[in-house]
Amino acid sequence: MTETQTLLNTGLAQMLKGGVIMDVVNEEQARIAEAAGASAVMALERVPADIRAQGGVARMSDPDLIDSIVSAVSIPVMAKARIGHFVEAQILETLGVDYIDESEVLSPADYVNHIDKSVFQVPFVCGATNLGEALRRITEGASMIRSKGEAGTGDVSEAMRHLRTINSEIRALTAKSEDELYVAAKEIAAPYHLVKQVASLGRLPVVTFVAGGIATPADAAMMMQLGADGVFVGSGIFKSGNPEARAKAIVEATTHFDDPAAVAAASRGLGDAMVGINVADVPAPHRLAERGW
Amino acid sequence: MVRIGVLALQGAFREHLTVLGSLGVETRKVTRAEHLTDLDAVVLPGGESTAMVRIADGTDLFPQLRRRIDEGLPVFGTCAGLILLADHLSDDSLGGYGRLGGLDITVARNAYGRQRESFTAPLTVSGLDESFDGTFIRAPQILDIGSDVEVLASHNGQPVLVRQGHVWGGSFHPELGGDARLHAQFLHHLGAAVQRLSHDSSASADAQRRIRIRR
Repeated sequence: MTETQTLLNTGLAQMLKGGVIMDVVNEEQARIAEAAGASAVMALERVPADIRAQGGVARMSDPDLIDSIVSAVSIPVMAKARIGHFVEAQILETLGVDYIDESEVLSPADYVNHIDKSVFQVPFVCGATNLGEALRRITEGASMIRSKGEAGTGDVSEAMRHLRTINSEIRALTAKSEDELYVAAKEIAAPYHLVKQVASLGRLPVVTFVAGGIATPADAAMMMQLGADGVFVGSGIFKSGNPEARAKAIVEATTHFDDPAAVAAASRGLGDAMVGINVADVPAPHRLAERGW
Repeated sequence: MVRIGVLALQGAFREHLTVLGSLGVETRKVTRAEHLTDLDAVVLPGGESTAMVRIADGTDLFPQLRRRIDEGLPVFGTCAGLILLADHLSDDSLGGYGRLGGLDITVARNAYGRQRESFTAPLTVSGLDESFDGTFIRAPQILDIGSDVEVLASHNGQPVLVRQGHVWGGSFHPELGGDARLHAQFLHHLGAAVQRLSHDSSASADAQRRIRIRR
C-alpha cells in the first residue's frame, strides 16, 4: 500500500472518531441512524443477535441491499465480508462502500488466512481481542481496529475485557527497553516494527473503536472513558424498545462521555434495552470473538 | 497566551489540537456554549457534518458560536467544518438543523465522491512559499463563491481554500499529514505569537510518524 493510500484510509477512520457506527438492515434503519447522528452505518442483512438466534452460515449481504443503504444516507457506509473471503471484499469494493469490515460476526471463509487487505483501495476495519491480533490485522492492511467484544449479546463484559487487554498489553510494551521488544514481538506473534511503533506511541497506530455488546449510553461512555476512539453498536439499537431515542442517546453519551450528568440525561426514558444474553451462558463453540487468528 | 477552541462534538478534533499545540498556543475542546468564553479563535474539524449538527441540535452551542463569529471571532473550518460555515448548501441533507454560516459560498457535500475517490493533491496556497499537500477525504466541493470571498487555493480550477475576512474554510484536511504551515498562517492572521513554526516541531514530527504505519 502506498503512503498516500495509507493516509487516505486511516484518515477516514480519523473522521469517524468520537462517533457511533450503527448496524442497519434496511433503508429505514439507515435513515434513523443518520438522523440520530451516527458517524457511519454498517449495512448488513441480519444484526448479530439474529445471526446468533437463527444460526446457519452468515455471509456478505445482497448487493441490492447495500446499494439501497448507500443511496439512502449521506454518511459513510460500511459492509461486512467473511474472514478470508477476498472475493466478497472485491465485490464490496466494487459497490463503492466506504469501509469493509472483515468480521467474525459472519461465518469465516478461511480458518488460516485473513484477507490480504493491502491490495485493496478501500479501507478495512478488523476485530481484535488482544494486541497481537490487532497488529497482525494492521500488518495485513487494516486501517482501523475494533475490539471484538461478543456481538449480539448486549453484554458489555467481553468488549470491556478485550479493550482492557489491548490497553494493558500496550502499557506493558511502553515499559520495556528497546532490546526487550524483539522477544515481546515474538511472544505476541506480531511484526517487530509495529511492536516498536506501539511502544513509542503508547497506543495502536490506527484508530481503535470498540464493538460487541454495547447496549446503553452508559456502556458507550464507559468505553470512551477507557480510551476508545468511538463505538460500534450492532443489535443494541434496533433490538431495543425505542431505536430512535436509544440511537440518539448513545450518540449523545459518546460525545459527552466524561460528563456523568449528560450521560444520565441521555439515559432517561429510553424504554427497554435489548434483552440480551449473558456471555457466560453462550457455549464456547458459539462465541464469535474466538473467530480470527 | 492565545487560546484556540476546537469544536469536539465528533471527528478529527484531536489532530487539530495536536497541530495547534505544536505551534505553542493553548487549546481547549469545545462541546458546550460555556466553553466559548475567552477564546481567541475557533477551529471546526473534519468529521461527519450530519453527526455534528444533530449533536448540537437543541443546545445553545451553535447560536452562541454564530453570534461570536458575527462579532468577529476568527474561525477556520476544515471539511465538515467548511460545511458548517457555508451560507448555502447544494442539497437539503442537513435541512432543518442549525449550522453556523459566515462564508458566502455554496458547498456540495461529498461531491468529490465516496472513499474510493478520496485523493491527495499538491496545492499552491497564497501566502505559503512551497506547495501544501491537501488530503481530500469524501470531501465537499465549493461550487460558488460570493464577491467578498478570497480564494487562497484551488484544485482543478475549483476553490478548495477560501477566506472571507476572519472566516476561513477548506475542503481538505490540513490537520492530517503533519504539516502545520496552514494552521500557522491562520494564527499569524490572528496576530498570534507563534512560538515555533511547522515542519521541524516535535508534535509535527509525531504526526508524521503516526501516518507511517507500514512501509
